Amino acid sequence: MPKPFNLLMAIAAPVMRGNIDTDVIIRIERLVGNSVRGTLGKWAFGALRYLPDGSENPEFILNREPYRQAEILITGPNFGCGSSREGAVWSLQEMGIRAIIGSSFGDIFFANCFQNGILPIVVDKEIVDGLAAEVALTQGAGRIGIDLEGQTITSPTGKQHRFEIDPRRREGLLEGLDEVALTLQRDHEIRAFQAADRAARPWIHFARKSA
Amino acid sequence: MEKSGRTLLAKIWDQHVIARISDDTDLLHVDRHLLHDLGGSRGLLDLKSRGLTVHNPELTFATPDHAISTARGRAGTIKIGQELLAALRVETAASGIQMFDIDEPGQGIVHVIGPELGLSLPGCLIVCGDSHTCTHGGLGALAFGIGSSELTHVLATQALIQRRPNTMRVKFEGKLSFGVTAKDMILALIGHVGAAGGTGYAVEYAGSAIRDLPVEGRLTICNLSIELGAKMGMVAPDEKTYEFLRGRPYAPQGDMWEQAVRVWRQLPSDPNAHFDREVLIDVTKIIPQVTWGTSPEHVVGVDGCIPDPQAIVDPARRAAVETALDYMGLKPGSPIAGTPVDWVFIGSCTNSRLSDLRAAAEVARGRKVAPGVRAWVVPGSETVKRDAVAEGLDKLFTEAGFEWREPGCSMCLAANGETVAPGQRSVSTSNRNFVGRQGPRARTHLASPASAAAAAIAGAIADVRTMER
Repeated sequence: MPKPFNLLMAIAAPVMRGNIDTDVIIRIERLVGNSVRGTLGKWAFGALRYLPDGSENPEFILNREPYRQAEILITGPNFGCGSSREGAVWSLQEMGIRAIIGSSFGDIFFANCFQNGILPIVVDKEIVDGLAAEVALTQGAGRIGIDLEGQTITSPTGKQHRFEIDPRRREGLLEGLDEVALTLQRDHEIRAFQAADRAARPWIHFARKSA
Repeated sequence: MEKSGRTLLAKIWDQHVIARISDDTDLLHVDRHLLHDLGGSRGLLDLKSRGLTVHNPELTFATPDHAISTARGRAGTIKIGQELLAALRVETAASGIQMFDIDEPGQGIVHVIGPELGLSLPGCLIVCGDSHTCTHGGLGALAFGIGSSELTHVLATQALIQRRPNTMRVKFEGKLSFGVTAKDMILALIGHVGAAGGTGYAVEYAGSAIRDLPVEGRLTICNLSIELGAKMGMVAPDEKTYEFLRGRPYAPQGDMWEQAVRVWRQLPSDPNAHFDREVLIDVTKIIPQVTWGTSPEHVVGVDGCIPDPQAIVDPARRAAVETALDYMGLKPGSPIAGTPVDWVFIGSCTNSRLSDLRAAAEVARGRKVAPGVRAWVVPGSETVKRDAVAEGLDKLFTEAGFEWREPGCSMCLAANGETVAPGQRSVSTSNRNFVGRQGPRARTHLASPASAAAAAIAGAIADVRTMER
């Protein structure tokens, strides 16, 4: 169950390359196993963060101060496209990321963020680029503020930008709700649906291997 | 004003609404939940740790594909892969979930076996913890990939909360030219709309070229929906769909079959249905496609050239192309054909069905894989493998110098120890040319099975139209 999310005022790292896919965020072999949680933070962005010899790539922004302390990512278009691996979100979370601001996200990654208490924010590309530029001007020292309840982002120079978010998802983040438990409260509705559907579409419910 | 008709998506969606959560979000019933070895046991263990049980084990099916070796006898399956397989066996048995195990008919890549077994049906809502679940949309199903948390939610409730997507219709019109396949159609579309062109949409593929495609080609088209950003892609069911499914092991039989077909015939989008976005593609202009970069949108016709960043005005795009070409080790401006390759991989949930293997075999027949090239053929399922062997395709490939493997995901995602070595170049029939996808620093070019076979024979990216008979 995710931790509640409220106000955040934090270092933000611009990672502006477009189409950063979830394979780049976390390599699949780091996710092969039943108990990988807690081991992933150091492997996030592995292909960008480390050189072939395993040493840190000094050019990559998350290897530089103060961006190592970043809790917010500012991202290029279509961040998190590709594979549905939720490990991509786990790895970002384990490296301390709590919110991501971009102009668009991969659909499945976007949904996975909310399941783990990470806030992905969609705003116009001009706003994303403006935030990245302001952060760069302060060499990363300028913090970005996020107020989930008020739905605003505050830039390092104090510019405020409103963002939109599905009210249900906002509530889920603010309260740290357990979606499985909430749906199970509707189990009578699920069972009623299935009872009616068994009559309407028996082939769905009585799938049997034919001889 | 006349009320607009309903889309295929709306008809299937509305059928599955258990409860309305908000204006645009519903609790939907899941008809089929498919589990694989990479996430299946983790989900079942997560459920157990919460003190919950599987809501509908009879609607849940499992098979190992991602983490198993595809070598003969499954030799060399990595240790964690073996543990995941063992856990999948134990946990599915404990929950009463049907599992199709290694060497049994039914085992295979989860997106190959669903349609093959008749588990995936028109009008069905199908989920799986894998983004290529959109493949099943080729049968007129609403199918999409989910993450681990949603997977646990489905195990516990047989339902899922989803926001209704926007709708896009892509019409492919005209007759395909010689040597051009479903894979080339969808790669050309991704090149046209971009890797984020479908983000937030459910895509319906329509038009005469889709109607002309056999079901397996439609599965290939829908498979790559996620590579244009759309987590759902679908094709309306028609007579070809029903012929494909009739008599499949888990498809309805007898009166129930007749009843199902009557319902399925109501599914296609109404003629006056409204789509939020429409795209028209003239397939007569499409030639065999091959990717040059690290996103599926980095694609050209095989007679085309590698782009030159100097010619690109937009600085962000220029930088992206430079980075991709640097990773791929390609010279700007040179023709893509003739680029030497080290590896050829024919397989994956995109292109490992019998028709794909036949298309590759047609090119390989009587020819030899070029010296220095390693070429693998990995059938999508145990049944595909057996059918191919019955036709002698295994022998044909082996004689041509290809390696014939056991069914699984293999080198598509490299989670199983099967990788392309750093710096080596591969032509692959899979779906992702991402950085490191086939192994750290591996360089991947996506193409059709026929084009991949042509590359194996030529030892370089080649125009299959000069080699097909």
